Parts: sequence; C-alpha cells; structure tokens
Amino acid sequence: MEDTLQTIQSIPLEHYIWFSTALFIVGVIGVLTRRNAIIILMSVELMLNAVNLLLAAFSVHHGDPSGQVFVFFIMAVAAAEVAVGLAIIVMIYRNTGSVDIDIMNKLKW
Amino acid sequence: MTSLIIVSVLAVAVLYLGLFKYKTALLPVSVTGLLAAAAMAAMDWDLEKMYFSEMMLFDNYAVAFSILLILTTLLIFGLSRNYFEKISNNVAEYYALMLFALAGGVVMVSFHNLAMLFIGIEILSISLYVLAGIRRKDPASNEASLKYFLMGAFATGFLLFGTALIYGATGSFNLAAIASSGAFESALFRAGVLLMMVGLSFKVSVAPFHTWTPDVYEGSPGLIAMFMATVVKTAGFAAFLRLFLMAFAEASAFWAITVAILCILTLFAGNITAVFQDRFKRLLAWSSVSHAGYLLLAILAVGFSASSAVLVYTIAYSLASVAAFGIMILVSRARGNDHLDSFNGLARTNPFLAFTLTLAVCSLAGIPLTAGFFGKFYVFKVALAQGYTWLVVLAVINAMIGIYYYFKVIIAMYMKENANAVAIQLNPGFRLVLSIVVFLIFLFGIFPGLIANIL
Repeated sequence: MEDTLQTIQSIPLEHYIWFSTALFIVGVIGVLTRRNAIIILMSVELMLNAVNLLLAAFSVHHGDPSGQVFVFFIMAVAAAEVAVGLAIIVMIYRNTGSVDIDIMNKLKW
Repeated sequence: MTSLIIVSVLAVAVLYLGLFKYKTALLPVSVTGLLAAAAMAAMDWDLEKMYFSEMMLFDNYAVAFSILLILTTLLIFGLSRNYFEKISNNVAEYYALMLFALAGGVVMVSFHNLAMLFIGIEILSISLYVLAGIRRKDPASNEASLKYFLMGAFATGFLLFGTALIYGATGSFNLAAIASSGAFESALFRAGVLLMMVGLSFKVSVAPFHTWTPDVYEGSPGLIAMFMATVVKTAGFAAFLRLFLMAFAEASAFWAITVAILCILTLFAGNITAVFQDRFKRLLAWSSVSHAGYLLLAILAVGFSASSAVLVYTIAYSLASVAAFGIMILVSRARGNDHLDSFNGLARTNPFLAFTLTLAVCSLAGIPLTAGFFGKFYVFKVALAQGYTWLVVLAVINAMIGIYYYFKVIIAMYMKENANAVAIQLNPGFRLVLSIVVFLIFLFGIFPGLIANIL
C-alpha cells in the first residue's frame, strides 16, 4: 500500500490534470458528434470518470480524503442516472424501433 | 432540516399509498405533508443551524427559498386533481416524483458543501427526467425526456469537472473554506468557476445553453412544465446565487463579465424568439428563458442585497407562471391545442380566466400594480447599484419586447371573437388556486414591502 501511494505521488500533479482534461474532452467530443443515444451515454460516463480520476489525484495531493468520498457520491449518482437514462432509451426504442437521436426532431422552435 | 425529512418521507409514503391503491388519499396526504414541511421550515427561521459536519446550512436564505419551493409545489398540487388520472394509471408516481424533486430543490437551496449542491441537483434532475417522459406512448413526451436527460447529464459533467478543479485549487468542498482559501488567482480555480457556471447555466436554461428548454417544456405534460418553470427554475437560481455569493464572491471581478455576456445573450435569445411563437406553451418556455436573463442581473450584483431581489423576482415569476400554465392547460384541454388562436373570445366565455391570465402575463411583463413589476424593479435596482447601467438599459429594451408578445394573448382574448367557443368548466381546485394567485399578485404588487425585506 505504501509503495503504491509513493508511486502515485511520484507522478507530478500536472500529468493527472492534463490526462483528465484530455479524457474529459474526448467525452465532450463524443457527446457532440455521435448520434447513437447509447454511445452518447457512454461518452457522458467517460466525462464523469475523468472527473473521478481528477478528484482522486487531487485528494492524494492534498492528503485529504473528502475528494475520494466525493468520487463515491459521483459513482452512486451516475449509476442512478444511467438506470433512468437506459429506461428512457428503452422506452424510445419500443416506440420507434431506433436509438438514433436524429429521429427525435418532432419538436422544433 | 425537519422540513427536508418530512418531504422525503412524504414522497416514500405517497409511493406506498399508490402501492396499496389508496388513490383518493394521495392528494390530501401530500397537501398535509407539504403544509407541515412549510411550517417546520418556518420554525428554523433565524436559527442558522449547520448539519452533517457543515454539509448543509439552514440560514434565512435557505428557509425563505425552501418555503417558496414548498408553497409553489402546493399550488401545483392544487391544480392536479383529475389531471394525472387522465394521462396515466400510475398517479402515485407523479406525486412521489414531484415530491422527490422538491426534496432535491430544498437541498439545492441549503447546501454548504459542493457535494450537497451536486446531490441536490441530481435528485431534482433525475426525478424530472422521468416526469418529462411519463406519457410513455407519446412521441413528444419521449423526445422531451431524452433531450432533457442527455442535456442534463452532459451539464452534470461540466459541473463536476468544475467542482474537481475548484477542489484542486482550494483543497476543500466547503463553501466557507473555498471563500477563505485565497486561491482566486490560480488558473485551476478560474477554469473551475467557468465550468461550474456552464453546468449551472444548462440547468437554469441560460443562453447559449438553453436550447433544450422549449422542446422539453412543449413535450412534457402541462403541469410538469409548470413545475419546471417554477420550482426547478427557482431552486436552480437560488443554488446559483448561493454558490456565487458564499464561495466565489471575492473573485467577482473575474467572473462578472462572463455573467454579463450570458445575461445579454439570454435576454435577447429568449425575448426575440418568443416574439415569433404562435403556440402559448412555447411562448411561455421562451419567456422563461428570458426571465433567466433578468435573474442573472441580480447574480452580477452579489452582495448588494441580491438575494432579496432574487427572492422577490422568483416569487412574482412563480405566481404568474402557475396562473399562465394553469390556464394554458385548461384552454388546450377544452379547445384541442394551445395555439394563440385558441384563446380567441375567452373574455366572453370565461371572464374570470381571461382576467387571471391578463394579470399573470402583465406580471410576467412587469406592468405596475402587479408583483412582477417589483420583481424587475428590485433586480434592476441592485444591478444599477453595482454600476451596470448599460446592462439595465438593454434589459429594459428587452422588457419592452416582452410586453409586445405577452400582449398578443391579451389581444386574442379580448379583441378577437370566436363564434363557437363554449365556456370552460373549472373544477374547485383550479378556482381556488387561481383566486389565491390573483390575490397574491395584487397583494405583492401593491405592498411589495411584505416580501422585499425578508432577507
């Protein structure tokens, strides 16, 4: 355990920040460009995991456990959110036979 | 705190009532519970208690907004008799989900830690994703639900990334610790503030992150749209202001210009698009976007009794929205759709409804003698005290554009005739709620001192 902690701490904080930012941006690009509702949901999860990683890194850096507790909050809420989101997607699939968001264009202006 | 516990337990109790088929008991139990919750919230006045190792703080700000949220929900429940029964068989779920959303709203106005802000927003949002899509067979409702869910989840990502960066810069999630950390110059902190601003802007439909609003309002059932326009918007702005007031106030020189730009964009996007709407529900949706712009003016003036201005504005806006959405529901149910032409001749068939709607849109437009006038007045006043004269001038221009499109519905009701219009039947719940709203709009429009000095 001590070894792992030291290995983690030996990597500079900036690396974690840039890596998480990159991961987050990949998620954002996924949400903005993909048209399949499930892949958009996966991209959102990627964004949330980038946040989790960043929080864990900051938590070790500050030597303060509240960041890691926050990660648990995020995981629990993300699970609830995905449950509702998948239910919505299933409902739409039953009505339209597709999970493409481009067919969702009945409401305009 | 007791009020939050009552609301949460009430929601679970209502679910059990639904399970055991006590459908007639749903409304009385919910109303009694909400009254008890409001009374318990009022008893926390001036106590300033912290809970859960400083996770939540029930100060007067939290108490005032909690009571506002609970009473608005009560008004909405007053309109809901026989409404949900027509849409679906699972009536208890509507009440339970709205109560869960209300519990989330109460957390959002009383947080003292970024974790509770996140939890509150999610409790509110996840309930609403379900409520928006609760008419399962209706494609419009499906679409509203999916759009709201994807946009909401996306916004949550930004909010959380901002939270993580602020934690990195300050080493704490506690609002007081963030405010006293002195890390306002660091790039991490600034990026965090901007990302949190983006996330919250999505939730309260501030331009350019407002695009989901009209679609979601139109696709959702009328009462749910009313709930989104009143309770959700109030809770969202109370949380927005609380965060910026208690944690980021010292750094206001840095974020003020961004908020000012968002404010202008929101005002123009909301008001100009609303001019071209011919369906009343979409018009109200765009007008709710524009009201977010006026409320941003108050956030700019953090410290200059901004919370009082936001409270007055949200009270006036919630009252007027309850009346406007309620009459929209009645008219679209009786005449088939919510097109502005459906309101033709309403003054002759239903003088009371026409009068109430006129008062409501006058309040939304900010005409004197209505509560909405003082809402705008106080918001403009705090913005002027902070030196944003140019912004207030732009806001006044927008208020004038607002008067134009709000009066379209008044003209339809009073000036245009509809030969085969029949009188719309009102049930007692509607009559009671609309009468209360009319009384309160006049009361706060003539004696604004009753609510202006609460905070």
